[in-house]
Amino acid sequence: MTKPQTDDLRWKLFETMLLMRRFEESVSRLNEQKHFTGHYHLYIGEEATGSAAMACLEPRDTITTTHRNHGHVIARGADPGAALAEILGRAGGLNGGRGGTIHLCDPALGFLSTSGIVGGSISMGSGGAFARKMKKDGSIHMAFFGDSALEEGVAFEALNIAALWKLPCVFLCENNSAEAWAPGSGGYTTLVHAAHDLRAIPAALGIPTTRVDGVDVDACHAAIMEGVARCRAGEGPVFIEAMTKRWAGSAPLWPELSTGVTDLRMATGEASTTGEHHAWFEHDDPVLRLARTLLAGAPANKARVFDMDARVRARMAEAEAFAIASPSPAAATLLDHVFA
Amino acid sequence: MSEHMSIAQALIAAIADAMAEDPMVCLLGSPLGLGPQRMLMNGLREAHPDRVLDPPTCEAGNAALGVGAAMGGARPFVDLSTGSFSFLAFSQIVNEAAVAHYMSNGKVRVPVTYHTLEGVRGGGAPQHSQNVHALFWNASGLEMLAPATPADMYGLARSAIASDNPTFIMGHAKLLGLEGPVPERKAVPIGKADIKRRGRDVTIVAIHLMVHPALAAAEALAKEGIDVEVVDPRTLAPLDEATILSSVAKTGRLVVVDEAPLQGSIASGIAGMVAERGFHSLKAPIQRVARPDAPVAFAAGLEALLVPTAETIAAAVKRTLSTS
Repeated sequence: MTKPQTDDLRWKLFETMLLMRRFEESVSRLNEQKHFTGHYHLYIGEEATGSAAMACLEPRDTITTTHRNHGHVIARGADPGAALAEILGRAGGLNGGRGGTIHLCDPALGFLSTSGIVGGSISMGSGGAFARKMKKDGSIHMAFFGDSALEEGVAFEALNIAALWKLPCVFLCENNSAEAWAPGSGGYTTLVHAAHDLRAIPAALGIPTTRVDGVDVDACHAAIMEGVARCRAGEGPVFIEAMTKRWAGSAPLWPELSTGVTDLRMATGEASTTGEHHAWFEHDDPVLRLARTLLAGAPANKARVFDMDARVRARMAEAEAFAIASPSPAAATLLDHVFA
Repeated sequence: MSEHMSIAQALIAAIADAMAEDPMVCLLGSPLGLGPQRMLMNGLREAHPDRVLDPPTCEAGNAALGVGAAMGGARPFVDLSTGSFSFLAFSQIVNEAAVAHYMSNGKVRVPVTYHTLEGVRGGGAPQHSQNVHALFWNASGLEMLAPATPADMYGLARSAIASDNPTFIMGHAKLLGLEGPVPERKAVPIGKADIKRRGRDVTIVAIHLMVHPALAAAEALAKEGIDVEVVDPRTLAPLDEATILSSVAKTGRLVVVDEAPLQGSIASGIAGMVAERGFHSLKAPIQRVARPDAPVAFAAGLEALLVPTAETIAAAVKRTLSTS
């Protein structure tokens, strides 16, 4: 059941989602401009899940995430300039340029580690939850991972441990493979699993599961809040599968901004949504969907939506300038931090 | 007050003392295997039922549990049982625990301790006899300890649990029952070698179980007038290169002993380090005594042929003297 959300919460989530979206558009632009090279992953299309999830957590909670981490780190409050600088491999980056796009990590915000190894986040998630349980303070852990993580054996091991010891872990699967092209069709790597319903795997271990529309931020917030409350009450782990829509730009191996820079006028009817990406613009883009919800029957909200976007874009312009101006890490630091 | 303990007792004493001092220390798994020493665990289980847990049979999951718990503020001691089983946890140790501090620019700390009982145990056949330390030695960011005596086990286990780095204690299946004095319950610093026997003529560097046949070889050679120095690195990573080089500078002759297969072994690594940095001290070619590059046979007669002994070590010492 989707619980009605307050407008205050919707506006807060909308601002977060806009920042996540504009951040990824910056990343794409900086890549096109050759400010960084190498493989990277964008969070476009999953903003509803990540923003809702972060809104359900408290500062004392901990998080593990994956190669598709940008949205999580930004939604939790990391400085966009430092995050962009990290993606560019600069000294001013969140991690001094040592981690890059796949490993954005800010422990001050509760991120334990950001693993680019499929299954890494879910497997360390049980450990994070174990530490929370030892603290005995009602804090919990949230592990973000994609559907393919459940192909890894270690994911099953971690779920088993969490179930046996009733660890306070929200296992949040952001499933973006529902409509993905398989590699055989020239598409991106996608789910290869004998289980038709991934919920069956945690369910076999007695972990309560739920599936939610990952594009609907109200639904995501309600489902994740319920899971978080259960964990916080000491009832053990939960598994939430958020069904997100595969963004067209994620279809090729190297992401491309195939749907263009998000035009919020599509939500007001002032810009056309026709063409190849019509379904995305009309139904599947979580940012446009929430904008329509906020604007429905409230024309006065239009100025607020566009003002908010202008502020977010100004913030990202500053972040881009900071990242580009940040120097490369000094050669003398090469061997720093091998050991603590 | 000096105590007399087995290595198994020293390890349990170190964990018990660390748990008493810090409520975030926990023990995941039993580090004493399935032999009679496992009963030493009973006191710990009774004292800390919330912090001494038996995880399922899933080495990768348990290793990852330790990584996440350590990042989250705990100080887990994770036992991976028989050395060979740690291969199942290779990714979590080498590619999660060991790299997290570096790739976060020093923001993430991973104070996890791993322990395993590795090596040729007697009848283990290929799959339960692996020496795994050489493979993990190549993992940057991982501290690795190889205690050979009860005092070193107590002191290094305390340092491992207190360390903010991921640390792997390489126990040896044949060492658990070895007894000796623990003069005081005090940490042994990581990265510091110990000269187990002083001598002038030849340096033997030997690690964990191999320290004991090396000492036996030294005693036998002493009767022939050959004065051997035995250096026990105790910490394999980071290696105390200075102590090894200083001993070789004194003796001019080096034998390196490791139970692991020769290729890529600690023996090979130390030989290479000394060949490069101590070349002008050397009066004879370095001798490496290690297992042939072959799996460990089950048959007792064949197994015995694979591992270094006091006799093969003594023969290597003599080779360094005859080639000068």
